[in-house]
Amino acid sequence: MFEADSLAVIFVALMGLSILLYAILDGFDLGVGILLPLTQKDDSDTMIASIGPFWDANETWLVLAIGLLLIAFPAAHSHIFKELYLPTAVLLISLVLRGVAFDFRAKAAFSHKPTWNKVFKIGSLLAAMSQGYMLGMYVMGFENTLAAYAFSILSAFGVAAAYAYIGACWLIMKTEGALQVQAVAWAKKAGLICFIGVIAVSAVNPLINPDVLTKWFTWPTTLYILPLPVMCFALFVYSQMQLKLLPAVNDKGCWQPFVGAVIIFTLCFFGLAFSFFPYIVPGKITIWQAASAPESLSFLLWGVIVVVPVIFSYTFFSYRVFWGKVRELRYH
Amino acid sequence: MFETLMLSRMQFAANISFHILFPTITIALSWFLFYFKLRFVQTGEPVWMRAYRFWVKIFAITFAIGVVTGITMSFQFGTNWPKFMETVGNIAGPLLGYEVLTAFFLEAGFLGIMLFGMNRVSARVHTLATLIVAIGTTLSAFWILALNSWMQTPQGHEMRDGVAFPVDWLAIIFNPSFPYRLSHMVVASGLTAAFLVAGISAYRLLKGDDKQAPKLTLKIALTVAMVLTPLQIFIGDMHGLNTLEHQPQKIAAMEGVWHTEKGAPLLLFAIPDEEKRTNHFEIAIPNMASFILTHDLEGEIKGLNEFEGNHPPVAPVFYAFRIMVGVGMLMLVISWFSRIQLWRNKPLPPWLLKALVAMSFSGWLATLAGWYVTEIGRQPWLVTGILTVKDAATNIAPGNVALSLSLYLILYVVIMAAYLHTLFTMANRAVEIEEITDDEKVKPVVSMPLINRENNHV
Repeated sequence: MFEADSLAVIFVALMGLSILLYAILDGFDLGVGILLPLTQKDDSDTMIASIGPFWDANETWLVLAIGLLLIAFPAAHSHIFKELYLPTAVLLISLVLRGVAFDFRAKAAFSHKPTWNKVFKIGSLLAAMSQGYMLGMYVMGFENTLAAYAFSILSAFGVAAAYAYIGACWLIMKTEGALQVQAVAWAKKAGLICFIGVIAVSAVNPLINPDVLTKWFTWPTTLYILPLPVMCFALFVYSQMQLKLLPAVNDKGCWQPFVGAVIIFTLCFFGLAFSFFPYIVPGKITIWQAASAPESLSFLLWGVIVVVPVIFSYTFFSYRVFWGKVRELRYH
Repeated sequence: MFETLMLSRMQFAANISFHILFPTITIALSWFLFYFKLRFVQTGEPVWMRAYRFWVKIFAITFAIGVVTGITMSFQFGTNWPKFMETVGNIAGPLLGYEVLTAFFLEAGFLGIMLFGMNRVSARVHTLATLIVAIGTTLSAFWILALNSWMQTPQGHEMRDGVAFPVDWLAIIFNPSFPYRLSHMVVASGLTAAFLVAGISAYRLLKGDDKQAPKLTLKIALTVAMVLTPLQIFIGDMHGLNTLEHQPQKIAAMEGVWHTEKGAPLLLFAIPDEEKRTNHFEIAIPNMASFILTHDLEGEIKGLNEFEGNHPPVAPVFYAFRIMVGVGMLMLVISWFSRIQLWRNKPLPPWLLKALVAMSFSGWLATLAGWYVTEIGRQPWLVTGILTVKDAATNIAPGNVALSLSLYLILYVVIMAAYLHTLFTMANRAVEIEEITDDEKVKPVVSMPLINRENNHV
């Protein structure tokens, strides 16, 4: 049996981990979808092949994250998703569209393939943007003001750019030749937009949320938390410089931008998490107020302790199996 | 206009009805694939690999639709049915959590290797991946049916201030209706996959496909159907007895019994009239309902009038039950007839192949009808005796729900059209592709050099 208060913290940490893993993993495959060129047939096949074995499992992290919110903090789940009802519907429909397009493009009549490619691209873009919009509304405390909507739309583009960025970095690592050169160009452009987006969110968040402001700018907390934005900034600059050198001889360092992007995602995530903890609905509900019964959470936690390490090991195994540059995607 | 409650119900019904079609296929199709792969490993006969390769593509597309249409559900619990989680979230939550942790990740994690990893891992690891995916799909059925059955026949909890708290998890999971509902659904999945495999294989034969693979898969599918139909009828009967014990009002609605009576007749057809609380145009077999349900010709069946105000709407339950049983009987007849034909070494005549093609999706019809019986039959409760559907509903603006519902419905029509079109496109393409002759053991006239088994993968 675990204690009620620590259970809430454990489960919010687990949920946070799932959200972060989702943003990184589905982030790169949504990003690849956003970048999908509609004219170059071979490139689009290679790009889709690079995410083919992973996207199903990547999306499962979203199911787990939303599941944990629903299971551990049901009151917060219904509060958040009632506020975000329509953007959620758009997100779900986009995910359905791109998921089915992934399979239909390869298996339906050949003449329909360009249409399914379009559906895949638009579905990926809309899914990313609706997530960004939802994040924006969350940060703005679900206000019904013009400023909140404007900020959320900005955030929608920011998240789409961030996914395109990590998707491009993934492609730099997984592809060769002309497509890799193209991916470097995408990464530079998307990285810049993403960088501006991160700065915008970082600036607006403390300005509109007084709680966040005091949290970040209270001595000596500021000192401890300062490395977060500084490292993020430094990594962005370093990655942009690094991208100028790619692709290098013998493909040296092709993995660096992707690892850099993963660290940037992680830093941004911790920045946001730090801003709002222990609130699960900003300014309204804390994790302790929303938590389910301890007997239920303990029962589930035993499963988590046993199963999650296993999930990690076979997820790692799967990435290991498909390590290296993409080969043609075939069923055998 | 419709109110939010009605729209939310329609949306959830649409979401879950559409979603369940695809897992119903994949739960059992994954086991078919494991069998094909295992037989290939054992015998080295390329025909097994051909069967595997054709059906694994259909599996992939079906699985993908199942995954993405399922995501909608976990959002709706909170958006449209907030009181559900508030009241029974302590029970429902961990069961859903275990489904995600033990089943979803397992199947999605190994799916990539199963679909695309054949050249990257050893044959043994690939077969193992196929098996793990099959176990994963079955485990997800286990958890979701545990939850659904608990909602039908709750136990193992206590109520404190109107909120359910778990007391005994084993009692919660293995609640009275769970073993019956789980086996009924798993066998339903087996029948759905069997008739799909049989139907598509028959379609290929009708199109003049003379290869071994469709003949083999037709035979296997018919064997499975022949065994599973009687088994399903037996399980269904047991499930009915269990329902009579725990939810007698559902049985009364299924049988159209208004007044408690001894020696109740089995209604083959009738038009239930809820206003006049009677049936019109009855076609009945005397005493049969009592005999089936109590195994006694004079057994007593409680009528709907004993549950007035607290029983489900009669007509949909009554009709859905007859559709399910009707399709089941048709399955029984056609699978036995076809399989016996094959057993006597007679090729199936075109009319029979056409009938099998027509039955390709009969499993969907029976499964949906069965779910409507059990879900509508639970009304007005969402969780029997604990929470009604009406009380669980949300207060979102009806316009929002109407909009999301319309978008979903359009989406479903498009996906269904694309899915069916793709399935038959794939079948037609398979007919056109010439079989490589080196492995045709049926034509020993052509002697070919022995080729490394691995090469036959491609």
